[in-house]
Amino acid sequence: MRAPSLLLLALLSAAGCRRERRSFSEPSPLQARVERAEPLPSGEPLSHFLDNAWAVSEGARLFGWYNCAGCHSLGGGGGMGPPLRDGAWRYGGAPADVHRSIVEGRPNGMPAFGPRIPDYQTWQLVAYVLSLSGRLRLDVEPGRPEAIAIGKPPVMVSKKLPSAEPLPEAP
Amino acid sequence: MQASSRAAETLFIAATLGLLVFGCHRGPADAEPPTGRVVLIGGRLAPASGVEDGEWRKVAKDDANTRFSGLATITPGNVATLRVAWTFKTGIARGHEAAPLVVGSTMYVVTPFPNRVHAFDLKAPNGTPKWTYEAHPEARAQGVACCDVVNRGAAYDDGRVFFNTLDDHTIALDAATGRELWNTKLGEVARGETMTMAPLVVKGRVLVGNSGGELGVRGWLTALDARTGEIAWRAYSTGPDADVLIGAAFKPYYAGDRGVDLGVHSWPPERWKIGGGTVWGFVSYDPELDLLYYGTANPGPWNNEQRVGDNKWTSGIFARRPADGSAVWFYQWSPHDLYDYDGVNESVLADADTPNGPRKLLFHADRNGYLYVLDRANGQVLSATQFGHVTTSRGVDLTTGRLNYVAEKQPHVGQTVHDICPGSPGAKDWQPMAFSPKTALLYIPHNNLCQDEEGMQANYIAGTPFVGEAIKMRPGPGGNRGVFSAWDPLGAREVWHIDEDLPVWSGALVTGSNLVFYGTMDGTFKAVDAKTGALLWHAELDSGVVGQPITYRGPDGKQYVAVFSGVGGWAGAVVPAKLDVTDPTAALGFVNAMRDLPQRTRAGGTLYVFTLP
Repeated sequence: MRAPSLLLLALLSAAGCRRERRSFSEPSPLQARVERAEPLPSGEPLSHFLDNAWAVSEGARLFGWYNCAGCHSLGGGGGMGPPLRDGAWRYGGAPADVHRSIVEGRPNGMPAFGPRIPDYQTWQLVAYVLSLSGRLRLDVEPGRPEAIAIGKPPVMVSKKLPSAEPLPEAP
Repeated sequence: MQASSRAAETLFIAATLGLLVFGCHRGPADAEPPTGRVVLIGGRLAPASGVEDGEWRKVAKDDANTRFSGLATITPGNVATLRVAWTFKTGIARGHEAAPLVVGSTMYVVTPFPNRVHAFDLKAPNGTPKWTYEAHPEARAQGVACCDVVNRGAAYDDGRVFFNTLDDHTIALDAATGRELWNTKLGEVARGETMTMAPLVVKGRVLVGNSGGELGVRGWLTALDARTGEIAWRAYSTGPDADVLIGAAFKPYYAGDRGVDLGVHSWPPERWKIGGGTVWGFVSYDPELDLLYYGTANPGPWNNEQRVGDNKWTSGIFARRPADGSAVWFYQWSPHDLYDYDGVNESVLADADTPNGPRKLLFHADRNGYLYVLDRANGQVLSATQFGHVTTSRGVDLTTGRLNYVAEKQPHVGQTVHDICPGSPGAKDWQPMAFSPKTALLYIPHNNLCQDEEGMQANYIAGTPFVGEAIKMRPGPGGNRGVFSAWDPLGAREVWHIDEDLPVWSGALVTGSNLVFYGTMDGTFKAVDAKTGALLWHAELDSGVVGQPITYRGPDGKQYVAVFSGVGGWAGAVVPAKLDVTDPTAALGFVNAMRDLPQRTRAGGTLYVFTLP
């Protein structure tokens, strides 16, 4: 009885090892576009924010705290403001562009948050915003928030849905 | 995965069917409704004498907000041959919610941001443009418009066209030339204020209100001198009595609305200053009582735990004197609103002959799901009947006038509450209903949406959202997201209804030949029989219809029907704003219920004018 148990344990351990062999630093397809070379004016490398899970999770918290979510929505799908998870950028999607959008505002309605937000928090927000469209390393992306936003939307019961094209799935 | 999702689907359908059956049961009417014949009050229509001017001078046709035209050339018998006479593309992709105006032989339309005004010469063929006015509103105003950059129409009076811009200007134009006569700035974009409503002109006063209840804006109605643009008076919806224009003349019907400075004391300290109660719906006016009527929007933030109290004077209705704005009565549809149930939906004014004599009534279909019949002289609620699926309240107490909320459905921070019906857009949102004095029925475009929501801390930052609720909407019982119904206000009952797959976000129009017109968000414009609801005609338009249909007699003597297509608004913003349908909370949760819309219509504004061959 002991031998089969051990064998089973060994097999499970092996399977477990295989599961753990994930490539944490594999770049996402869009990640290549994120320019990392340029350091911040403070001399701090950008990677301190963009490759830092804590910075990204702080960015997620601040995204709600500073009312970014009010316009761009909790999940970044947009509303009063444009969506941030579709890879389309009106004013550029480089980290410096996103930083400038937050600090200086943009003419079509983005307010200037420069006077309100310390610079390190702005960079945390930049990191979170870039994560929404999958542009950061997978291992620094924020975990599932506990908010209502997460989870598969309910099945849509509709008489006239086009049959050819199914609705896009929520993540 | 497949099996489990199928099981979930089956469960959902079963639950929906169950709810549908439950929804079929209607409780007894809360009050003995007045009975008798309904006749239209004064105004320009005077159907008793059969006079119909054939124009459409106000967005709602008349001060009573009926959207009834006596024109009857287009009939149930010939409407099947209705065809496009001419069209005009606005070149703007956002939601086109406005009603065209027709005065004499000229048509006026105002577009969404950037708020162009176009005049068309109806004597010339195919809607020849007469003039165009460019308002050039500030671009940043787009960033504080909660629910797309819409405009609900212009007003005409005494040779002038009046309209509001998204960046808070009211502008008067010379109707003949389009020349600007005056331009008055009324609000601050930096504080989150916008203006989207259609003005009403009463006794030389242009009545306009602000939008921005999702940004901690303090609501007001302002009267401007039609000749000069000077502010005659401004009545706030929150704050001290002096700001609300509550004085000796104020005689609310219910005791709960009497007291000193309730607009301050029904809030936590200072909260009334950022408390909402904006004024962006349609205004009605009764010349005999000399009272104007309008609703106030939701209190802010949506998170109700941050604003303990009744939050007066939000989510209610004011009756005021047009001369000085003094309040005469107020009634609160949703005291301490829990769900963004703005009280701004239009009020239709009609008189009834009852066994006890004539009675001056007001009909109002609220976001909270009740169709109210009020005595418009004193604000007494005569009946309040559910016209949609409601889980958030159990009736209205006619002794106190208070809505009875269901405690289990009250949202809390950090807790998800399920099956809130109606959802935040209400059983009916801004989309205006029509009233026919011939059938004595209301024709109501409405929503059938429910939602789950979770409260969150809302932080006030001027010019940014002040909401504090995470929301996911979904179809209500039956799975259809919209309904178009005919309602007998005196019998407090539905007469017929049409299930619509999408929320019916367009206005309604009813004619003297018992035709009802409305549009759907997939771009279908329909004519149905006012007595039976039978579909008699439909046309597929370029984009979803969220505008207000009108009808008029052209200089050639023919009857025309006009409507904007151009999907947008809160319900339709997912299309022109290209919102991400994979985020269920996008557009304050509305996107979760509209994920299929981008596949069913496309953005773009077109004015359509139809007539018989």
